[in-house]
Amino acid sequence: MTGVPVSWYLMLSVVLFGLGAAGFLIRRNIITVFMSIELMLNAVNLAFIAFAYELKQVDGHLFAFFVIVVAAAEAAVGLAIILAVFRKRGTLQIDEIDSLKN
Amino acid sequence: MDVIVFLTFALTAVVCAANMILQRHPISSAISLIGVMGSLAVLYLLLGAEFLAAVQVIVYAGAIMVLFVFVIMLLNAEAEQKTGQSLVARYVGIPALLVFLALLGLLIRALAPASRQVVFGGFTGGTPLAVGRTLFTEYLLPFEVTSILILVAILGAIVLARKEAD
Repeated sequence: MTGVPVSWYLMLSVVLFGLGAAGFLIRRNIITVFMSIELMLNAVNLAFIAFAYELKQVDGHLFAFFVIVVAAAEAAVGLAIILAVFRKRGTLQIDEIDSLKN
Repeated sequence: MDVIVFLTFALTAVVCAANMILQRHPISSAISLIGVMGSLAVLYLLLGAEFLAAVQVIVYAGAIMVLFVFVIMLLNAEAEQKTGQSLVARYVGIPALLVFLALLGLLIRALAPASRQVVFGGFTGGTPLAVGRTLFTEYLLPFEVTSILILVAILGAIVLARKEAD
């Protein structure tokens, strides 16, 4: 029985989540920021499925499935918002979209 | 064998994710993200989640990322420029994130039982049959609520992306 400990999967999930959060913080393009959020959702899914393996229960898979569904809905609405913002302002730089600031 | 497959695809996922946040052009980021999702699908398969591996490839890598690439092409997005703004995010957010991740790593080291090994075929409860049975009995209400959510999302997307009539 040569396998990988479940904790390795959780560590990979932490690393991917961290990369996604870092991208969310340092990127200045609204589409890349949005993709970083998708990366974080994927990392969470990996943790759900690793725990489903650990507990030998299918419930974790269902949670990951619902996360995917919500991510699809979120992507549709988010990209529509990006389209609307681009049409109004002609930019994708989040530093220039600051009408709520001050 | 499991170790080799895990390390190969875990490394691919991490390299693609790092490439995604380092690239300046959104298209390169999108392609890297597809790489991450593909490698994660293999890891799901290794964990016995056959159905979700297929959903990952079809819905995530197939549908959602095509939507992203489509919008990038539609808006003709160019590489982002360097701006010196948002210093708070860089100098407060990144250290806070590192502290949070370190705590999470310590927590996993302390709590996760390192004894159980993931071997391919060690858990066979992730077939479409098992997932579907649980989805349509135990999780029927969340499933129905999700359909309403998707309907609302579709309507919202159409309203937001529509050209104004005036």
